[in-house]
Amino acid sequence: MSKTITSGHHEAPTSYGIYVLIWLALMSLTAITAVVAGIDLAAFTLVIALLIAVVKSSLVVNVFMRVKYDDKIFKIFIAIAGGTLTVIFLLTFADVYFRR
Amino acid sequence: MAELAIPPQEESVVEGSYLENLNGRKGITAWIFSTDHKRIGILYLIALFSFFSVGVILGILLRLEMLSPGGKLFSPQAYNALFTLHGVVMIFLFVIPGIPVTLGNFFLPIQIGAKDVAFPRLNLLSWYLYVIGSIVILTALFWRGLPDTGWTFYVPYSLRTTTGVTIAVFGVFIVGFSSILTGLNFLTTIHRLRAPGMTWFKMPLFVWALYATAWVQIIATPVLAITLLLIVISRVFGLGIFSAAAGGDPVLYQHLFWIYSHPAVYIMILPPMGIVSEIIATFTHRTIFGYKAIAMSSLAIAFIGYLVWGHHMFVAGMSQQADFIFSFLTFLVAIPSGIKVFNWVASMYKGSIDPQPPFLYVMAFMVLFCIGGLSGLVLGSLATDVHLTATYFVVAHFHYIIFGGGVFIFFGALHYWLPKMFGRMYNKKIASWALVDMFMGFNLLYFPMFVMGYEGMPRRYFTYLPQFETMQRISVVGSWILVAGLIVMFVNLIHGSMKGPRVGNNPWGGTTLEWSTPSPPPHENFETEPVVTQEPYYHEEALTK
Repeated sequence: MSKTITSGHHEAPTSYGIYVLIWLALMSLTAITAVVAGIDLAAFTLVIALLIAVVKSSLVVNVFMRVKYDDKIFKIFIAIAGGTLTVIFLLTFADVYFRR
Repeated sequence: MAELAIPPQEESVVEGSYLENLNGRKGITAWIFSTDHKRIGILYLIALFSFFSVGVILGILLRLEMLSPGGKLFSPQAYNALFTLHGVVMIFLFVIPGIPVTLGNFFLPIQIGAKDVAFPRLNLLSWYLYVIGSIVILTALFWRGLPDTGWTFYVPYSLRTTTGVTIAVFGVFIVGFSSILTGLNFLTTIHRLRAPGMTWFKMPLFVWALYATAWVQIIATPVLAITLLLIVISRVFGLGIFSAAAGGDPVLYQHLFWIYSHPAVYIMILPPMGIVSEIIATFTHRTIFGYKAIAMSSLAIAFIGYLVWGHHMFVAGMSQQADFIFSFLTFLVAIPSGIKVFNWVASMYKGSIDPQPPFLYVMAFMVLFCIGGLSGLVLGSLATDVHLTATYFVVAHFHYIIFGGGVFIFFGALHYWLPKMFGRMYNKKIASWALVDMFMGFNLLYFPMFVMGYEGMPRRYFTYLPQFETMQRISVVGSWILVAGLIVMFVNLIHGSMKGPRVGNNPWGGTTLEWSTPSPPPHENFETEPVVTQEPYYHEEALTK
């Protein structure tokens, strides 16, 4: 059995080892998120949780979804979706911030 | 392209058309296992209009309750359940899937010269998810009772009520996946399966509208899915995310709900806007004015539509700064909407207007959509919104936009494309009179609500003060006139699709690709792959004037 996966036509093969490492990183980051949620860091709790979420989603999108190796158009698609999500977050947080 | 010979009247199914069964399948199995986008579109049409009929009956009952004050027909609890079911059925099972899954499914691939959508099996799966989700929603009828929260499922009440919120919300969650998969399918189809020569700016404006809609379906719907799932988890496991007592935030629910549900308004209205462009170009016999501006305004509406959800929450306890930002952004949406309307009017100027039924529907749309749109600006203004929030004014506004705008064009589109879908024509005179009836009924039904709302009549109340009696009665009578028109229209369309006289391939003189293929279209849409060399609305006669 091959030790690599090549599903596309122009991407570099990714070894199973890399997938396992990414999986371990995701699990660790999830654990860190859970731990941080229990510590009172005031406004930084949210910032840290979001930063971890960004790192996790980047790993999934680039490695598991293989967008890293894909055409530019798909990267633009992801960027548009990510940009919209960011604006939505900012508007929601603006309300919460000013409500205090 | 030269018209093909019109088949004899007695033939029920045109040989080689998509209506002819393939692979030895017969009856219903030839339809529910078919991956042909046209058949899936018809399946959706049947399902959607079945639910629309349910929604209309519920609406009529809700109006009937208002014939006199005092709640003589239903108890307050029953009235709450009825308006919730009316909203859920109409919004989630009819208007949101609406035009994209039915006419979009049928005509998107044909209009770009493709044989099918990019993922035909996924398309069929979307239909099954829609049906399963709908059944789950209706299960709430028989299990724990109908939800009584309104279609918005607002917390904290949706967490406390003992009615079947959990099951209904889960059904909406499933239907949402159908929407996401349809959006994904359309986006891929438009990017990957356009015919040779079909560049982006040669695409019909209906395709542009579906493209913008697909983006909204993909990006916004998951937000609703996770929000509804949080309701389920909160009800079942006591999660406190929306509970102030547990450190959560009830206003957060409204944020999350409207982050989806306001863009969903554009899922409802963008496809009809695309169809308006198609119909105007065909029945004015000239190219559309400001093609690129209309195409780009669809994308602009889709994008700005993401940023205005807060205007549903001006009195929900949001910060004043957020109120101001969302009010400002709301006014921005009027700009691309105005671009469309002005370009449509300019397209008609000096055109050879042929007032066939589909065009008359567009005229009705123009009036109703403008009333709905302008009343939206009243609600988008902070000061006036405080006075009008949760009154009949809001009910009138969104019915003018969604029903008067979106659904009237859905009907107009059925009149426009029915000859292509079935190769037969309905009775045009009856179609026109049905529209006149519906237009009158619609305005009698909903316009008094603007007045009552302004005078303080709250929405969702099962009774009212005697001062509103006259207006309420006018509105009730309007609902009867509207339904009479609906019945006439549907009977005419159904009869026309089955027994109407045969028509040729291009009865209206349309210029987009669907009019170059036989009526009804063959299984893979075109006998030979089309090569596009001209603009979508190229009318030779207009150019020679």
